Amino acid sequence: MAELRGDIAAPLRRWSYASVSDKIADLVLTRPAHWPWLAGFAVTFAGSALFFGAIAYLFVKGVGIFGINIPVAWGFAIANFVWWIGIGHAGTFISAILLLLRQKWRTSINRFAEAMTLFAAGIAGLFPILHLGRPWFFYWLAPYPNVMELWPQWRSALVWDIFAISTYLIVSLLFWYAGLIPDLATLRDRATSRAKRVAYGLFALGWRGEARHWARHESLYLLLAGLATPLVVSVHSVVSLDFAICIVPGYHSTVFPPYFVAGALFSGFAMVLTLAIPMRHFFRLEDFITLRHLENSAKVLLACGWLVAYGYFIETFTAYYSGDPYEIAMVQDRLAGFYAPFYWFLLLCNVLAPQVFWWRRARRSVWLLFAMSIVVNLGMWTERAVIVIQSMHHDFMPSAWGNFIPTAWDWTLLLGSIAFFAFLFLLFLRFLPAISISEMRELVHEEKHA
Amino acid sequence: MQVFSPVAVLFLKIAALAGVAAITVGATALYKFLPAPGGEVSPAQPIPFSHQHHVGDDGIDCRYCHYSVEKSSFAGIPATQVCMTCHSQLFTDAPVLAPLRESARTGQPLRWTRVHKLPGFVFFDHSIHVAKGVGCVECHGRVDKMPRIRRVASLEMQWCLGCHRDPAPHLRPPAEVFDLAAPRPGRDVQDGLMKTLHIASVRRLTDCSTCHR
Amino acid sequence: MKLSRRDFLKLSAASAALASAGCSAPREPIVPYAMQPEMTLPGVPRFYASAASFVGAAEGVLVESNTGRPTKVEGNAAHPGSLGATSVHGQASVLQLWDPERSQAPRRMRQPAAREQFESELNEALVRLEARRGAGLRVLTPTVVSPTLQSQLVELAARLPEARVHRWDPLNRDATHEGARLAFGRALEPIYRLEDSRAVLSLDCRFMEDEPGRLNYIRQYARSRSPKPQSMGRLYVLESAPSLAGAMADHCYAMPLAEIERWLLAFANAPAADRTMRAIADDLKKNRGLILAGEGLSPWAHALVYRLNHELGAPVALIDPIDPYPQPHAQSISDLAQAMHAGEVELLVIVEGNPGYDAPADLDFAAGLARVPLSVHLSLYDDETSARCTWHLPATHYLEHWSDARAFDGTAAIVQPLIAPLYGGVSPHEIVSLLLRRPQSGYESVRGRWKAIDWEAALRKGVVENTAFPPVKAALRTVALPTPKEPAAWSVRLVPDSSVLDGRFANNAWLQELPRPDTKITWGNAALISADSARQLEVESGDVLEINTHGATIHVPACVVPGHPEKSVTIALGYGRARAGRVGNGAGCDAYPLRLSDSLWSADATSIHKTGSRQALATTQNHARMEGRGHAKHIALADLIGQARAFEDETPEHSLYPAWPYDSYRWAMSINLNTCVGCNACTIACQAENNIPTVGKDEVIAGREMHWIRVDRYFEDRRTLFMPVPCMHCENAPCEYVCPVGAPVHDSEGLNLQVYNRCVGTRFCSQNCPYKVRRFNFLQYSKDDEPLKAQKNPEVTVRMRGVMEKCTYCLQRITRARIEADKENRRMRDGEVVTACQAACPAGAIVFGDLADEQSQVALAKRSPLKYDLLAELNTRPRTSYEGRVVNPNPELDNG
Repeated sequence: MAELRGDIAAPLRRWSYASVSDKIADLVLTRPAHWPWLAGFAVTFAGSALFFGAIAYLFVKGVGIFGINIPVAWGFAIANFVWWIGIGHAGTFISAILLLLRQKWRTSINRFAEAMTLFAAGIAGLFPILHLGRPWFFYWLAPYPNVMELWPQWRSALVWDIFAISTYLIVSLLFWYAGLIPDLATLRDRATSRAKRVAYGLFALGWRGEARHWARHESLYLLLAGLATPLVVSVHSVVSLDFAICIVPGYHSTVFPPYFVAGALFSGFAMVLTLAIPMRHFFRLEDFITLRHLENSAKVLLACGWLVAYGYFIETFTAYYSGDPYEIAMVQDRLAGFYAPFYWFLLLCNVLAPQVFWWRRARRSVWLLFAMSIVVNLGMWTERAVIVIQSMHHDFMPSAWGNFIPTAWDWTLLLGSIAFFAFLFLLFLRFLPAISISEMRELVHEEKHA
Repeated sequence: MQVFSPVAVLFLKIAALAGVAAITVGATALYKFLPAPGGEVSPAQPIPFSHQHHVGDDGIDCRYCHYSVEKSSFAGIPATQVCMTCHSQLFTDAPVLAPLRESARTGQPLRWTRVHKLPGFVFFDHSIHVAKGVGCVECHGRVDKMPRIRRVASLEMQWCLGCHRDPAPHLRPPAEVFDLAAPRPGRDVQDGLMKTLHIASVRRLTDCSTCHR
Repeated sequence: MKLSRRDFLKLSAASAALASAGCSAPREPIVPYAMQPEMTLPGVPRFYASAASFVGAAEGVLVESNTGRPTKVEGNAAHPGSLGATSVHGQASVLQLWDPERSQAPRRMRQPAAREQFESELNEALVRLEARRGAGLRVLTPTVVSPTLQSQLVELAARLPEARVHRWDPLNRDATHEGARLAFGRALEPIYRLEDSRAVLSLDCRFMEDEPGRLNYIRQYARSRSPKPQSMGRLYVLESAPSLAGAMADHCYAMPLAEIERWLLAFANAPAADRTMRAIADDLKKNRGLILAGEGLSPWAHALVYRLNHELGAPVALIDPIDPYPQPHAQSISDLAQAMHAGEVELLVIVEGNPGYDAPADLDFAAGLARVPLSVHLSLYDDETSARCTWHLPATHYLEHWSDARAFDGTAAIVQPLIAPLYGGVSPHEIVSLLLRRPQSGYESVRGRWKAIDWEAALRKGVVENTAFPPVKAALRTVALPTPKEPAAWSVRLVPDSSVLDGRFANNAWLQELPRPDTKITWGNAALISADSARQLEVESGDVLEINTHGATIHVPACVVPGHPEKSVTIALGYGRARAGRVGNGAGCDAYPLRLSDSLWSADATSIHKTGSRQALATTQNHARMEGRGHAKHIALADLIGQARAFEDETPEHSLYPAWPYDSYRWAMSINLNTCVGCNACTIACQAENNIPTVGKDEVIAGREMHWIRVDRYFEDRRTLFMPVPCMHCENAPCEYVCPVGAPVHDSEGLNLQVYNRCVGTRFCSQNCPYKVRRFNFLQYSKDDEPLKAQKNPEVTVRMRGVMEKCTYCLQRITRARIEADKENRRMRDGEVVTACQAACPAGAIVFGDLADEQSQVALAKRSPLKYDLLAELNTRPRTSYEGRVVNPNPELDNG
């Protein structure tokens, strides 16, 4: 069992069983909604409304409202899909893998990271459907007996996607919920109004904190962690195959699976920071989410930055190494073509910028961390967009070359999805404990008797 | 203190189970009782035309009215003048035939209601089926026993495939194609027909391109 | 909304909003005939022979009729003006028939009025005029290719000697005929036998697009290109504007018209002086040379060419013009305009044509028209001219009336209607018979003209036997040659548009969206300009130019075209229409203001400069260079000789996938780039056959055109290379394995199918298609407007929004042939299946058939030494392959 480092343990010693529970539970139960939350809620609610309005319009008119065309038949929607799935990674990584590795410090950030995962993956799953020409037939991608006696085509990576993503969604949901049960019980017992007691009580599934319950809970939690861990790798590997199995230069690349997973963790951790820092600030959680946590995340960012950098390098290298004229032309277009500014921008964001984290002071500057997390999110989205769009616009036949120019609807759906994500997260903060009470208690207990 | 009494818990559990059951049953029922695609099985017609009478009793050959069934994808619906060849003499003042006489007088065609409707992307050709020994009765049933025409086949893709995957059992000698009463020949005869009629390979028959363009 | 199972699934699957779009159809009626017409079998199309005239001569057509609806036009192999091929205009004419914006009722002063009122007004006027033996009566027609109409007009002249019949056809043959007058003392029409010459010199002659014999000439050109050293022809082209001939030429020299005339003079006088001229002159002498002169050249230049051809003993016959009108059109319409301005015209009857829009600018025809007390305009559309006439009468479309028409060589054909006039139109014969005060149906007039012939046979065959004009022997006169004028600083070359011609097809969406061969521009025209000249003016494609000539100014976007003459811009006529209809109005810019009666095809620009504003050009191909990828391959004849293979096969030997087993037919296509002239007939024929929707200018700009077979155009090695690209029907098709629902599938005969009703629109297939031949319905492009939907091919699914589509090798035609063959228990024969593109191609560049048959045309083509696969290195193993182009440069000349 890895011991907690001093700078995480120290502040905990100030806390007791009760005070921890009070602190976290009160965020949900008693603390009134302050203006920052209300403001955020209003804005994100409006954004979500816009998001769903745009979707309705999309269903009425067709995907022609986007900037897509032949040759670039995939646009923002697919980039958004890959990006959101990526963000959906950090949660499970932090909870499951760090749990298995007995990294105790994860305790204070895993809960909201998991929530983030759920919301992100859910939104990601939406985009491929929105991007269909005939979305009302999306269920044809699933195998079910039908009067046409037809089945999905198993050679297609999109079918693999359906399974990868739905599995990931289900497991993450169970994992998150299993972790919640004891806390729900705590809330049930602390809630003042009957309505809240009933509501939390229903979901607490009659948890009474008996040793028997704890034993089962422990094993279930570990089991799910074991299940979730391989998924962290599999999901984004499968997503990357959507591109890798294509013959188009820029898509057709064996490095994609690891390269996409690294990218996923990268953007995932960036998003964790984007969420953790304001939360920590507004809810005074500095003692639980310590600078140490932030510093660790910064180190992960630095590492992932190098991993994706390797990916960028290998792509370029193999293009020239292969000697394939089309691959080379694609790389040259990427470096100097119509979309080149975006490529250089993503290199700046994903490779150059994170290097500041070599300096300890940078790693411990909260505001710099926050800024950097935004930068990395931007960079990773741009990377997805460049892969999806730039690879296609100059492929094999010059006669068919063309450019993709995003329309207002492309932007609406991107920004709308972000608003909806934030909306869900704000609700989560309001109604569920953002930090695992039970696990924090455990931690505090251990520190007390250490 | 307790939020849920043991009774409440029990109730909740039962309710949950009941809910699941209700949804399953409901969905199945709904699916069962909804009309199949392809519309009504036996819609009303402007004239209560009886195939039983014309085919069964009078023994008129299918091709007398469905004139293009051997030459065209479309079997053909008789023109008013075809009906009038007899009905200018027979039942000349039967009230049910008023629309027919009206049509003959004004030259305005009758508007029958389609019974066998295929989606726009399905291209069925009567002539080739007839030429290859698929009897009318295979798809249309014993119309000679139908006072009011009725659709007997679902016309769903799986139904078409059933035959295209194994045509032999549905074949009969070309001479009997239009004979609704004749029983199906034995399997050996049918296997013989597969050869003499040069029925394309099942692979060919189940290509998407066979019916969809 | 009545719920069915499908809908239940839909509802439970997608939101209610979506499902309501697909709710179950209402009861569908079946409507039989009341009286069964003879010889019709519902579901079985019938073909009728007829003839259509677009550039001053008839092209024989066979028109497909589905239960009485004309749906498709094919060529008539028995007709010299067609030889089985069709022009883009022939293909598009069926859409014009169903155009909802055709004029549908007579109008008086723009207001709907009764036909009876018209006839009484006309008769009144005629009674008055007959007293004066017709003085004050004028009739104006375009080129008259109908012998019947000709004789009716002669009869009119005999009846009313003071009346006058005028001609104005924007695509007239003035220069050619005037040249003949200078050379022979009478108007004559040259008929070229290109295939009998091995060295052809074209002086700005657009014989592949604008000459009356265009389809015939393309076929002859194609025949002359068989790559054998002893028989292969050579083509020299001097062009003042990009043309198909220029693109196909072995040696092409671009220069303004005036320069070409100077060149011709020098060439005629002292060919030895210049190396190029000498080489060409020798080649012409050695190889039964033939010189073609274009309408842009002055009459004296034509006269000179007649003489040179005579000296060369060139394979060219001279016949009487098929429209024996004694006067040049420019002269004729000038006289009319003068008379109108002088108020001498009391009754003007304009039989078709649109002079109010396309008359020479210096005549101010419109103003003159205002001074005519009673003017009548017979036309398909209520257009610019109609708006200025007292009366407008809806004309019948050629698929609606009886008439006859002569091919470029004089061969007559009967024009028979396929459908009763949709809007009670009047045919030219009928209106002239009204002027003769002997009202007569078109049928009576035509039948009367052709008493002696076997009528049935003429209708069946589509030509009247032995009606071709005999060659005339004419003695040459000496022609006084002028000293050619100094060329202006900047000149403007006016050309008929390859799509809308003089503007008559402006409201035809198929033609508007058909990429122009040389620029790939759709939905408009542009000022074509060379790269150097563009640099001088500091303009790029899309910059709007202001062009001033003496007395006229127009604004038109520039379009840079490699190999365009310097110091000159080319503008296509027929755009900027004000009353064409919703489709044509405002498309492009009107160049007629620059067109003067004494100079129909070029204008001297006083100034050209850029305005600063920009206009997006809706081009379907934005990148004209091949980037050294050698998609469109070509080789010099000299290098080809003795080669087993002209181009090495880059197909990898092995594949991870097992080869497909085939037990019957194996369909394949071969496209011959050596004969393809890039005319686009295949593209539009495919559009007509396969219910392909048009998408409009904005969608083309967005990159969403729907053509299943596109003609790529590359500029490489100072040559223009054309390359039609349909679906390749790959053996290892990249589209097939990526689709999650398996909509693209391989069938047992090797067709790569796209099952529309299975497609959910992931577009994965298009992403993975290296040829980018797949087309997607990004929006609901197919509309079922009345009456346009009557044109739809009943054997092809009309695709809905959100569905991918592409070339099917005309699956419906294969299926029809298969069913007919199966009924007779036999295999399909070679040539029994002809795809729409193959049928239309004037060059016969496309062959299609069964590879399983070793002797089939396509199997032979695949064994040609010129055969190669597109992107073979990707190991897609395409069923569609190419035969590379062979160029035959003169070794004496450096520019190959």
